[in-house]
Amino acid sequence: MNRKQYVARSSEIAARRLGDETMIMSAHDSTLFTLNPVATAIWEGADGATALEDIVRTRVCASFEVELGIALRDAQRLAERLAEHGILLLADAPFPASN
Amino acid sequence: MGIAIGGIPIRIRMDNADFLRMLQERYAGFVTAAAGAEFEFEIDLAAPGLISAEEDVRVRLHDGQWSLDRGDFHAEWNAASARGRIRQTANPYSIDAVLRIVHTILLAKEGGFLVHAASAVRNGRAFIFSGVSGAGKTTISRLAPPDATLLTDEISYVRKQADGGYCAFGTPFTGELAKLGENIQAPIDSLYLLKQGSENRIKPVDTVEATRALLSNILFFAEDAALVRQVFDAACEFVARVPVYRLTFLPDTRVWALIV
Repeated sequence: MNRKQYVARSSEIAARRLGDETMIMSAHDSTLFTLNPVATAIWEGADGATALEDIVRTRVCASFEVELGIALRDAQRLAERLAEHGILLLADAPFPASN
Repeated sequence: MGIAIGGIPIRIRMDNADFLRMLQERYAGFVTAAAGAEFEFEIDLAAPGLISAEEDVRVRLHDGQWSLDRGDFHAEWNAASARGRIRQTANPYSIDAVLRIVHTILLAKEGGFLVHAASAVRNGRAFIFSGVSGAGKTTISRLAPPDATLLTDEISYVRKQADGGYCAFGTPFTGELAKLGENIQAPIDSLYLLKQGSENRIKPVDTVEATRALLSNILFFAEDAALVRQVFDAACEFVARVPVYRLTFLPDTRVWALIV
């Protein structure tokens, strides 16, 4: 349960940041998501190389008043939900760097 | 014959003169010369019955060939040659659906879209009234004053112009009014998100809400990642350029005093 999780933005999406929020549309099923500022911070940190816990620590806890444990739990839920729609990729190891 | 919607003529070929005549009546005002049409479909009429196993609309692109399926039709269309074939029974609804799908594909490539919305031209400017079924598209259309020209009460046609602005075009895609729009175009003034209420009120909508609302009302069928991105970008760019308001209205003619 304590293994690090890594997250990467799928290439099969369309996304645009609008102010503090981000709109994402799945290219598979056209499902539309709006990410709030916290979720946007996680989304933008999802480079495939940084562990989710580190993203939460550096991008969420550093900018929003929230405890790491709570923020990480919420981030994992978010990541799993986005992964269900194929717009975020989840893995137990860093994703290979793409050229 | 040609059917030109949004200024894009599509040539329709078939042997059945009766069906062609029916199409000419149905699309009156949008019928044009077939010569010079960049896009072409040949219609094969089939005996009554199921044409495709797909219950819902499915639109797929494979090796440059679009396939469009619904229970009542199967159409194929080559993206490179812009030529295709529709197999359907002798009804006007199948070709109507195919035309809508084809136009959504064509428009997406140039930053435009079809959207569930009524639209009308007043004082040389087009106003778009978007909403889901029951939001008031037909009502606002029915209440339009004599100096407003209805483009559609159901499906609005939006094209991006060379200067980055947007134009709305009349369409033959009708809703409850069952009245074809006028085949004219005008630059878009604003987009209104419809909501029936207890007073007439206009309120600006923020970018996120406007984009979300627009995307939820854009007609889009294709299971194609590139096209999804184009539609998404088109909606974002439209909202960045065109004012979007929430229009709460009472179902009487006074609401049109706000639309100028």
